[in-house]
Amino acid sequence: MTDRPIIDIRHAAKSYGPLEVLKDISLQVQKGQIVAIIGPSGSGKSTLLRAINDLDPLTAGEVWLEDTQVNKALPTRQYEAHINSVRQNIGMVFQHFNLFPHLNVRENITLAPKMLKGISNEDADELAVEQLNKVGLLDRIDYYPSQLSGGQKQRVAIARALAMKPKVMLFDEATSALDPELVEEVNLVMKQLAEEHMTMIIVTHEMGFAQDVCDRVLFMDQGVVVEEGPPEVIFKNPANDRTKNFLRKHLKGQN
Amino acid sequence: MLRVFPYFLQAAWVTLQLSVLSCLLGLICGALGAAARLSRSPVLRLVGATYVSVIRGTPALIQIFILYFGGPQIGIQLEAFEAGMLALGFNIGAYMTETMRGAIISVDRGQNEAARTLGLSRFETFRAVTLPQAMRLMIRPLGVNINALIKGTALVAAVSVVELTYTAQRYIGSTYKPFEMFFLAGAIYMTIIYVTGHGVSWLDRRAALK
Repeated sequence: MTDRPIIDIRHAAKSYGPLEVLKDISLQVQKGQIVAIIGPSGSGKSTLLRAINDLDPLTAGEVWLEDTQVNKALPTRQYEAHINSVRQNIGMVFQHFNLFPHLNVRENITLAPKMLKGISNEDADELAVEQLNKVGLLDRIDYYPSQLSGGQKQRVAIARALAMKPKVMLFDEATSALDPELVEEVNLVMKQLAEEHMTMIIVTHEMGFAQDVCDRVLFMDQGVVVEEGPPEVIFKNPANDRTKNFLRKHLKGQN
Repeated sequence: MLRVFPYFLQAAWVTLQLSVLSCLLGLICGALGAAARLSRSPVLRLVGATYVSVIRGTPALIQIFILYFGGPQIGIQLEAFEAGMLALGFNIGAYMTETMRGAIISVDRGQNEAARTLGLSRFETFRAVTLPQAMRLMIRPLGVNINALIKGTALVAAVSVVELTYTAQRYIGSTYKPFEMFFLAGAIYMTIIYVTGHGVSWLDRRAALK
């Protein structure tokens, strides 16, 4: 295997003044891999995820998407053009869905492909149908976000991200804002993506999900990756005390 | 009373023209002002902030006087109507700047993030995501600005523009009926305000439909 990683984070560091949120983190993700990032709140896991598409720029270190450096130092104008084209390849799903409330489901999905890829209305419609089929919400195509449940909103948000045909999908606590009974429908969509070998990086509090679906698990605390490995090892046989402590609290009531 | 009514209607037409023209000017100033205040350029931000604080920090009457009486000193010769209309427009523009800026920044930050993450540029995001949502949020507060503007047109009576308030004052001289004259002017103002207010509500309901 000489494959270069699809995502390559090299010595990532970030601080807000004296507060270091990320301390020298490196992470390689291969194509088709599914990586879960777990850890207590404030551990820096969301910040790391948001550094991948430069939503939260790093203070030091590099992020690479295949052979393109994401956080390249460029003059403002050039950087804008560069990052906009890079971001088309990185889908992101947020805790609070962030669907566009003034657009219906179809328009939410087709907005970016139409604006950025210049596809025709018919092709855009086809794309919306295809993506909605995938997340099982074709019957909601003309609904507005306010008419959907939380789980449905998140599935539409996933469809919206997928419509750009990204190479990588980032999930930032995608099920944390959902009522417990709505979590499963979103998990199912994510599992299905996993089966299709979508490369995914998932920040999550759902240990069960991480265990079932992911190839690798990173445990982060206080801005560092404390421990990393396959889920069997991390969940069943963690080496580090901090990992053990965290899992003891979080696995209670699960499994 | 009946004898003066046609003159009041004529005056109401002038008030209406003043209102509409200065409202349009105000909307333009407001949009430019909000763009400046939200710009990435510190110079533009300063220009916007100065405009807002100077206008909101001084009486509208002084602004009208400066333009009408002070203008000729620096080579700006304006008719009373023009001076009044411009001063009112620049004046309400400062308030509209703040209204528009407020609406734009109160659109959820997550909206911006979602759009940028899809690859939309700052401008595309503003046009397709932020602005349509901000427009809905600004309809009612702009309605409040317009309400204030319509009543504020009474100030240009002070530079002898023959609008409602000036007309009321003028006919007191011949009729000796100040109560009736001012009452009539007030009733006409209220009618204009009432109709405008309903127009704004209608727009707001339409925009909020979904």
